[in-house]
Amino acid sequence: MERTPKIVIEHLNFTYDDGTESLLDVSSTIYANEITVIFGPAGGGKSTLLRVINRLNDLAAGKSMTGRVLLDGQDIYAKEVDVTALRRKVGIVFAQPQPLPLSLRANIEYGPRLAGVRDKQKLDQLVEQSLTQAALWDEVKDRLNDSGYALSGGQQQRLCLARVLALEPEVILMDEPMSGLDPLSTAKIEDSMQQLKQLYTIVIAPHNIQQAARVADNAAFFLQGRLIEEGTGKQLFTKPKDKRTEDYIMGRFG
Amino acid sequence: MNASITEHKRTSLAEFAAERLIRGSGIMAIVFVFLIFAFLLREGLPAFTEVPLDNLFSARWYPIEEYYGILPLIFGSLVVTIGAAIIAMPIGLLTAIFIAEIAPRWLREILKPLIEVVAGIPSVVLGFFGVVILSSLVRETLNLPTGLTAFTGSVILAYMALPTIVSVAEDALDAVPRSYRDAALALGATKWQTIWMVTVKAGKSGILTAMMLGIGRAIGETMAVLMVTGNAARVALEPGALFMPVRTMTATIAAEMGEVAQGSAHFHVLFAIGIVLFVITFLVNLVASFAIFRQSKRSARLLS
Ligand SMILES: Nc1ncnc2c1ncn2[C@@H]1O[C@H](COP(=O)(O)OP(=O)(O)OP(=O)(O)O)[C@@H](O)[C@H]1O
Ligand SMILES: [Mg+2]
Repeated sequence: MERTPKIVIEHLNFTYDDGTESLLDVSSTIYANEITVIFGPAGGGKSTLLRVINRLNDLAAGKSMTGRVLLDGQDIYAKEVDVTALRRKVGIVFAQPQPLPLSLRANIEYGPRLAGVRDKQKLDQLVEQSLTQAALWDEVKDRLNDSGYALSGGQQQRLCLARVLALEPEVILMDEPMSGLDPLSTAKIEDSMQQLKQLYTIVIAPHNIQQAARVADNAAFFLQGRLIEEGTGKQLFTKPKDKRTEDYIMGRFG
Repeated sequence: MNASITEHKRTSLAEFAAERLIRGSGIMAIVFVFLIFAFLLREGLPAFTEVPLDNLFSARWYPIEEYYGILPLIFGSLVVTIGAAIIAMPIGLLTAIFIAEIAPRWLREILKPLIEVVAGIPSVVLGFFGVVILSSLVRETLNLPTGLTAFTGSVILAYMALPTIVSVAEDALDAVPRSYRDAALALGATKWQTIWMVTVKAGKSGILTAMMLGIGRAIGETMAVLMVTGNAARVALEPGALFMPVRTMTATIAAEMGEVAQGSAHFHVLFAIGIVLFVITFLVNLVASFAIFRQSKRSARLLS
């Protein structure tokens, strides 16, 4: 199958305003309709990279950034780019689920409404579809008007995934989205990801390496802000070329 | 084993003493409030028998000729306070939003202590400023016969309420976790949409408290109001009332208490005004805490 580049990262450096160099000369390509896994030990820069890709670090602590990030060939940091439109195209799910202080339904409708969707039927359909994709529909379909906080931690995490799916984005970034999930829901979401990648490009920073190995079409290993090695999931997790990648994988696999 | 048991005994003695001390001070505070209220009642209640009620609740305040109508004073207080609230609440909220959400860090570091300083300006100084500068400004720009009006009082009171509103509301906004903002931004909200629909919403009960504290300060204020409102006791239920001189309850008490004969009807009426003021303040606080209580229950439902 022909692979289409979706996101191209060129010589990216990112330093927080306290001087922490979180990304050092990172160059990589993320392909459409694949699941790309970025993994590595804590503090490796995974979250930073995801936040740079949808420009969430714009307002925050970013001191300096050099290099380019291209989405479909367009520099996302170019002046003419509308940040809100970009964030709708590139959705992100955070490690810590954060429902908005609204009802379940309103949490999901929030993004589409901001994007101008007013049609009640369309919104209802989005709510059901995205909750189903996030493996949450059956658990909450009778209590959509309850507060988003009335859910368990794992359910909140799936709510946040559903909220992003309702945006109908092109790219979904997931930062440890399953850290609070039981094995059953994890399996459900992994299943659903295999379907979703037909429609979307998925970048995921899983919280454990077994999961990384299970879902990866493509994988990249980050260590202290540097991209050490990348390749297909199969190659990277069975025959890593770099000693450091191998050590990390072996260390975890026991 | 033995040692540790006696040691425990000693700390629990200290704990006992501390608890008694704290409980004692608490009870004392409550007792004082009741004593003050009892005193107020003792001096004020006779007014209701000495002065016929239709005189007391008339529209004419002219104690020298034994007209003791307190309606104009209540009216004056209401106009000035509501005017102050209308001015101070939106400005206070917007300023808090500016400091908490928009201003760059260095500017915030300057503005926050500056607001504390403003809060410390004595009200006589503000009153002086009001008489000398603000009142002539009001008179000239609005082309009025006098600049000492209810509106001038509202502006000064709003200015006094602002520091409280701004700093408490700013704290409330600041306490909203960053992840709320990230969540909204990531769903394609603009900075303003995030502020209005998420940050302000999440900080709602703190913001409400800020408003109540600010207005609470305005209701009880005496000195500045006495100086700038023109002290004309009358009920003017007409559109221009805001731009005419008025007299508030607090100003009346402050101005007349010094020269009245103790035990006279006038003296008792002044205390009766105190009772009215007390009741109004009490009701406002009751409504406010009820609103905040309901608010917090709702947000607890939403946030837990
Ligand atoms: N807001 C911030 N301000 C300053 N430094 C930060 C900030 N966020 C992250 N860092 C630093 O940047 C580096 C990379 O952090 P990042 O969160 O991207 O790592 P990560 O790979 O996601 O780690 P984890 O697996 O623990 O989530 C770390 O050294 C971290 O301390
Ligand atoms: Mg992380």
